[in-house]
This record gives sequence, structure tokens and C-alpha cells, in this order.
Amino acid sequence: MIRLVATRLATSVVTLFLAAFFVFFAVQALPGDVAQQLLGQNATPEAVATLRKQLGLDANVWQRFASWLGHAATGDFGTSLVSGQSVSSTIWTAFSHTLLIAVPAIIVGVTLPVLLGILAGARRGRATDSTISVVALVAMSIPEFVVATVLVLVFAIAIPVFPAVVLRGSAASFSELASAAVLPAVVLVVAMAAYIIRAMRSSTIDGLATEYATTAELKGVPRRRLLWRHVVPTAILPVLPVISINVAWLLGGVVVVESVFNYPGLGKLMIDSVSTRDLPVLQAIALLSALIYVLVNLAADLTALAADPRQRTLNRARRRRRRPTLEEVSG
Amino acid sequence: MTLATRLTGTRGFVSRLSTGTRVGLLLVGLTVLIAVLAPWIAPYDPVATDSAHALAGMSWSHWLGTDQYGRDILSRTIEGGRYALLVSALSTTAAVVAGTLIGSLAAFYGRWVDGAITRVLDAVLAVPAVLALLLIVSVFGNGLPVLVLAIAVVYVPAVARVVRGAARPVLSSGYVTAARARGERSLPIIGREVLPNILDTVLVEFAMRASWVVLLVSTLSFLGFGVNPPTPDWGLMIQENRTAVTVAPSGTVAPICALALLVVGLNLAADGLGKYFGVDRARRGVL
Repeated sequence: MIRLVATRLATSVVTLFLAAFFVFFAVQALPGDVAQQLLGQNATPEAVATLRKQLGLDANVWQRFASWLGHAATGDFGTSLVSGQSVSSTIWTAFSHTLLIAVPAIIVGVTLPVLLGILAGARRGRATDSTISVVALVAMSIPEFVVATVLVLVFAIAIPVFPAVVLRGSAASFSELASAAVLPAVVLVVAMAAYIIRAMRSSTIDGLATEYATTAELKGVPRRRLLWRHVVPTAILPVLPVISINVAWLLGGVVVVESVFNYPGLGKLMIDSVSTRDLPVLQAIALLSALIYVLVNLAADLTALAADPRQRTLNRARRRRRRPTLEEVSG
Repeated sequence: MTLATRLTGTRGFVSRLSTGTRVGLLLVGLTVLIAVLAPWIAPYDPVATDSAHALAGMSWSHWLGTDQYGRDILSRTIEGGRYALLVSALSTTAAVVAGTLIGSLAAFYGRWVDGAITRVLDAVLAVPAVLALLLIVSVFGNGLPVLVLAIAVVYVPAVARVVRGAARPVLSSGYVTAARARGERSLPIIGREVLPNILDTVLVEFAMRASWVVLLVSTLSFLGFGVNPPTPDWGLMIQENRTAVTVAPSGTVAPICALALLVVGLNLAADGLGKYFGVDRARRGVL
């Protein structure tokens, strides 16, 4: 058990390291000289050379990667090429604004779809199921920016309940942001919901078809109790990875949503940095999102491991069975 | 759940779902057909501006009205799928081909090769698709080859993971062991023994990746990093026209409908194919 958890932790660290490697080298592949680009065409060669030294561009790529990673590990992502401010402080402010829409979105966007999925699975083939399934299919097919546009149209222009955009950008106060956070959060919930509903529905149907569910039914367990006590606890386990990846990828949706609502969070910062080619900020955001992905997946795997004793033994059994197959491979 | 129980258990569904599949394939086929024939059926030049008739409502000369530069919205909607469909078709094909190859190689060699490939794929997955694409586009620009390669790179890991899972049971079967015993090499075994047996998974993969790629491409255009104006594109049209939505609603509504019909069609087709081949798509969620 401890070995299993340790292995899982080690793979997380390796994944994160590789992600950092890809992000860094993708950005380093940038054609042209960053220093030249910052100073413009008319810069003297001396000025370019000085800036190169300042930015540490004269060191070789591997040294720069090592020093970037070392600083990143302590939370120091360098200074922004555009504003000259510390990248980490810019990112933390934006990230706290993003959390304001992400946390409610995750809470609602996980519980509601799980419940809807169970409902659809339990009422399989009936009107409730068809309605939920069709709505999920449509929600899956409509991109976030369309949902956002429609919501703005309905709840900010037709019935002005919520603000359409944050006018004052990052200077906005908490109460302004809180009311502006409602519509973006709804968009994120819609974006997440479809996949979780479908996975939960499918898993509930499989759960209801198991032998132990049939046994419980035959021995007279009421249907409601059968569903909630016998089927749902096991049926939710295969849905965990689906939930975790949706939560981890929420940041992708955040980019779109924040750009529509002009919400001063991490996604908006990312879009702005892409336009100004502010590479240190981009690297930091990409690394932060990789960290979130790794942590959320780790949490989901450990939850599954803790909740489901079968996974612990299954893994061990698989490892034991693997050895003969290795001979088979080489033979 | 085995294939047999699924088929017997869902017999009532099958006929209805295959109708859904047919509708889906019809929608996709129609969109592709319109996109291919667009230069001949579009009533106006989609990029020709006409400031005298800007933001005109629906009329006989402009069925869906015009946008703020006086461009015909119907023509732009008809032509608006071309670029997205081209990018999607190319990058989905590239992603599925590369993913299938990588996934089956990982399953074939097992041991440390498998481990290394899995780690690398996981690291690519760790950066959300939109973020990864923005990063690549900001570094390399938004030319067609860059977009196609970037989207392919973003989706290869997910395809490879699924194919690896499907290929593993095939690789432990008797006929693969026999082929190995005959001394056949990895690629012939994958091509002749493994691929025909996982073709169902690969096809379903193709259909479902296609729907995401279309969404991703239009999201990119919406954010202003996909096609360059004034090229007509649904995502870009929605971005351009949403400020004038109260005056000329069709400028936003028409591309939304076109995009939604295409993606609903792709999803219906993918679901139907999945049911037909007995690959449960819903259960997997995103991966």
C-alpha cells in the first residue's frame, strides 16, 4: 500500500518535470532573439548584448532550464518582459480571481452532474433519461464561447441581472468581481457537466446490471436503497478519473470564459501575454496548470485507492502476473 | 459489461440510436458538402465590404442581412466552415494516425518503453489543450501547418492512451504469440495482427476527436489566434458580430447554428459508431 502510494507520487513528480521541460523548450524554440525583439529593430548591438546578459540569455539552454526550474520550485518565476513586475505576484493575484469562479463552478459542476447521471441511469430509457441525455449531448457540442455569448445576451442585455463584462479590469473590487463571477461560473459548469453526466449514467447502468445488485433486488431491498447503498458507491469510482480530468482542464475553459467576460483572472492574463509575447508569464501559467493537473489526478487516484480495496489488490496481482508475460515478450 | 449483454440489454435502443447516427452522419455530410461547394453556392463574395448596406436586416437581396462592414452574412456562414473543416480533418487524421502508432508500439514493447511513453504522454496531457495551443501559436505563429501540427500534438496523447489500452489484450492473444514466434518484427505485427482488431476503437476515436478539434479550432478563432480576418470563419464571425447582436442577431446566430449542427452531428455519429462497435464512449469521458 505504502509502496503503491510512493510509486504514484514519484510518477507525479516525473510527469511534472517532463511537462516543465516541454513548456520551457517549446518557448525556447522561439525563432529570433528575445532581447532584439524587446528593444526593437533600431537597438544598438551593445544594448542588445547588455539585455541578453541581463536576461541570462548568454548562458546555454540547459543551464537556463536548470536555473528556471530551480527558481520556479521556490515560487520565483522571474520578471515579466512587458510590465517589469514579478511574475509570481501577477499570477497569484490573477489566480485568486480565477479561484472565485473556479471553486463554485467545481462544487456545482461535480455534484449536480453526478446526481443527474445517477438519475438518468436509474430511469434508463424513460423520458427523464432521454431529456438528460439529449441535453448532455447538446451541452457537449456547444463551445464555451457560445454558451458565454448566449448567457450575456440573456442575463446581461435582455434581463440585466449580472454585469456582462468587468469594466475596471484588475482594479475591480471584490464585490464587483463576485457579481461578475456568476455567469462565467455557470459557463464552466455547463462545459464540465456533459462528460460527467454521461460517464455517471453509463456507470450507474452497469452497476444496476451487476450480480450483487440483482441479488439485493431479489432479496427485497427497496429500489431507492438498492440504488444509493449498493450501486452508487461502486459506480462512482470509474467516474472519478473523468471528474478529475474535467477539473484539471477547467483552466482551458477559463481562458475562453475570462476573455468573453473581460474577467481579470489567469485566463485573461494568458491571452494578454500571448498578444504581447510575454514568455516568462506564459511559461509560469503553463507550469501552474500542469501542477494543477498532476495534483488533481493524484488526489483522484489516492481517493480511489483509499475507497476501493480492490484497486490495491488488483495492482499487486497485475504486477505479479506481469513477470511471466515479460518472458513471453522476450521469447 | 460484455458486448453480448450490451446488445441484448439495449435492443430497444439500437434502432433509435441508429436513427441518431444516421441524422449525425447526414448533418456532417451536409456541412462538408456545403463547405466544399461554397465558392459556387455563396450568393456574394464573403469578404466584399459594402459600407452603404452595413448592418442591414434580412431582405431578399441579403437573406440573413449584413454585418458591420456590409458583408453578406449568408455567404460568410456558407464559407465559414471551410477553414475549420480543413484544419480539423488534417489534424484529426494526423493525431489519430500518430496516436495509434505510438499507442500500439507502447503496448507492443511493454516494460520501460511503455513506461517512458506513458510518462511523456501524461506530461503533454498535463497542459490544457487551449493553453498548449496558445503557447505554440504565440511562439510559431498561426499558419496552417503550425495549427495542424499543434492540434495533432495536443490530441496524440489521449488517442495513444486509448489505443494502448485496446491493443494490450490483442497482444497477449495466441495469434500474436505465433507471429512473434515466426520472428515477425514489431511493425508488421502491429499492422497485420493488431490494427485490424482495434480498428473499431480507432474509428470511434477519429469521430470523437473530430468533434473536439472542430470546437478547439473555432475557440482559437474566437480568441483571435486562429484564422486572420477578413477570412470568414464561424468562431471569428461570432467574435466579430456579438457586439452588434441586438441590431443584427443573424450575424451571431447563423454561425452558432452552423457550428452546433456540425458538432452535434459529429457527436451523434461518434456515439452511434461506439454503440455499433461496442466501444462505450460515454464511460471514458474526456480520455
